[in-house]
Amino acid sequence: MMSILVRDNGFAEDRWEAEGGLFIDLEKFGQDVAEKVSENTCVDIPNDVHIDSLKGLFENAAMIRIPFPSFADGRGFSLAKQLRQHGYEGTLRAVGHVIADQYGFARSCGFDEVEIDNDLAARQPEDQWLARLPQDDLSYQNKWLVEREGRNF
Amino acid sequence: MYEYNQFDRDFVENRNKQFRAQVERRLDGSLTEDEFKPLRLMNGLYLQLHAYMLRVAIPYGTLNSRKMRQLAYLADKWDKGYGHFTTRQNIQYNWPKLKDVPDMLDALGEVEMHAIQTSGNCIRNVTADHFAGAAADEIEDPRPTAELLRQWSTDHPEFQFLPRKFKIAITGAPNDRAVVKAHDIGIQMNRNEAGEPGYRIIVGGGLGRTPMIGKTVREFLPKEDLLPYLEAILQVYNLNGRRDNKYKARIKILVHETGVEEITSMIEEVFEKQKSLHQAPPAEMIEAIEAQFLPPEFDTRPIDEDKLSKIIAADPLLRSFVETNTDLHREDTHTIVTISLKPIGGTPGDATGDQMRVMANLAEAYGYDELRISHEQNVILPHVRRDDLPEIFKVLKDAGLATANVGLLSDIIACPGMDYCALATARSIPVAQELSNAFEDLKRQKDIGPLKIKISGCINACGHHHVGHIGILGLDKAGVESYQITLGGDGTETAAIGERTGPGFSYEEIVPAIGRIIDRYLELREDGSETFLEAYRRVGADPFKDALYSSEAENA
Repeated sequence: MMSILVRDNGFAEDRWEAEGGLFIDLEKFGQDVAEKVSENTCVDIPNDVHIDSLKGLFENAAMIRIPFPSFADGRGFSLAKQLRQHGYEGTLRAVGHVIADQYGFARSCGFDEVEIDNDLAARQPEDQWLARLPQDDLSYQNKWLVEREGRNF
Repeated sequence: MYEYNQFDRDFVENRNKQFRAQVERRLDGSLTEDEFKPLRLMNGLYLQLHAYMLRVAIPYGTLNSRKMRQLAYLADKWDKGYGHFTTRQNIQYNWPKLKDVPDMLDALGEVEMHAIQTSGNCIRNVTADHFAGAAADEIEDPRPTAELLRQWSTDHPEFQFLPRKFKIAITGAPNDRAVVKAHDIGIQMNRNEAGEPGYRIIVGGGLGRTPMIGKTVREFLPKEDLLPYLEAILQVYNLNGRRDNKYKARIKILVHETGVEEITSMIEEVFEKQKSLHQAPPAEMIEAIEAQFLPPEFDTRPIDEDKLSKIIAADPLLRSFVETNTDLHREDTHTIVTISLKPIGGTPGDATGDQMRVMANLAEAYGYDELRISHEQNVILPHVRRDDLPEIFKVLKDAGLATANVGLLSDIIACPGMDYCALATARSIPVAQELSNAFEDLKRQKDIGPLKIKISGCINACGHHHVGHIGILGLDKAGVESYQITLGGDGTETAAIGERTGPGFSYEEIVPAIGRIIDRYLELREDGSETFLEAYRRVGADPFKDALYSSEAENA
């Protein structure tokens, strides 16, 4: 099934594999995954993984993809936040059942983009996602960030 | 009293607009019913047995006359002329129409109120000691912290889709009136050896089908570490809490299954990370919040004690009200008045629009414009001069609000039960009403002394029956209501979960059964000063079980 990427500038086609990117599965490679990782690799991690087993990825993985089996399963938000807190600077992508109303939350937790299927994209078109950009989503957390550090989201 | 700044106003307005749009997107199919449900829940909207129910937040139970009048307006305009105050210091409207709800939220926004996070698997409305800022035993007013927590938890991006709901309570007094040990997180303000203010953090308490008393994970947490520490607890819970079974999804189960030592070290490990990275709110902002909770300028002119005691002595009803419904205030010229929403035979926690306006007027005329809602479903005037009591009593009496039963048998907590709730397995309000009627003589209630009866209409325990001195749990046994009794529960600083006495009683039997417990207590107490709970702790459950079950056998 085709998928759609949602970013702050709207919907885009996912060009990752077309441009030579690879997806590899953390669970398939286990401890050896760090050796397989390069600048064109995206590692799929389960949303119940412990942060300590991801540390080998931080330097090299261009992208990490975290699944949302259901929009009500919020583990991905905390996992993304932890990855950022531990210093991961590559791309973070949420994939699966994320709804437009959660887009600002996902971005605030450290995700760069969200990958959804065509059905969801048809049901919740681009404007519903753009209505929830993090900089427009009033939140106390972002406000504190702005007031304390003088920087915008 | 916290007043909204421009950001708070914009936030609530924006949120209401979002919800209006979500209702429209549900109607045009953009959102499935499954997707809409958590969104409406986050805005306080439930679907109940007969209708929608809107639960409005009263953060840490504090409000003023303007807000109370608006609650009365909502009751009159969009409900059937009354509202129901809940055990989480909220108010529920049981009969709104879906199409009216966005307008109700806008009307609330006008008086700086909202229904955000009164439901759903997120951090719920933070509750606090209902005597905060007034009680004589208070170390520090917990409300500035509670307001900080309200702001922090509101739309927190990481914690909107937790395994299950999450409840936080805070107290600033050694006598725990906020039931902090039965919350997901309980916070007790304390001091370290150097006298610096901080918090004791208790995690994993809860009632429901698996009642647990919370465990202390931090004896003393410096004030400035509160938010990163709470974020650590929530992050550990969000990642590790069970999602396979809704009944095992609360943090109490995680704490229980993981063990308190292990969970503490998991929290501390995350906290170390959080502490260095956390974007704490600016210090000026915290000071600005604190400044809004400064005590009013109390009128401390001396009281004419002779005159006052003569007036009180001359009116037995007033005397009884003063003895029962007032508590020690930090200023000796003042007192705390609890207005009972438990008239004999009434529905616990209900108030009509007119009654709400009467209470608003009293707060304005005599109470420095402050009101509180207690988790025991009563309304509090936290600051009144003692010599205003006769006048206040008179106004309350005329409004049917002067029942002198606070802390007594008929001051019952009851969940809505089968009269409203889709989850209930038995009626609870009618049991409360019949008990109250059976013991209608307030003199007799006073002789029985302090007694907390709490009634839940299903195993989810919204009526807090586990921490009632006498708890009643209504179940469904093959299509027939059956009421189990627990004894010895306690929601205060000496918290305990009540013990089940044995087989349940039918709807017809439950009130006489409670009567037998009371009779046995009166027989065995050492004297009038030994309360029911003290007597129970001294003699144990057996004499009461005997009263419950052997006399039943005799009657059969």
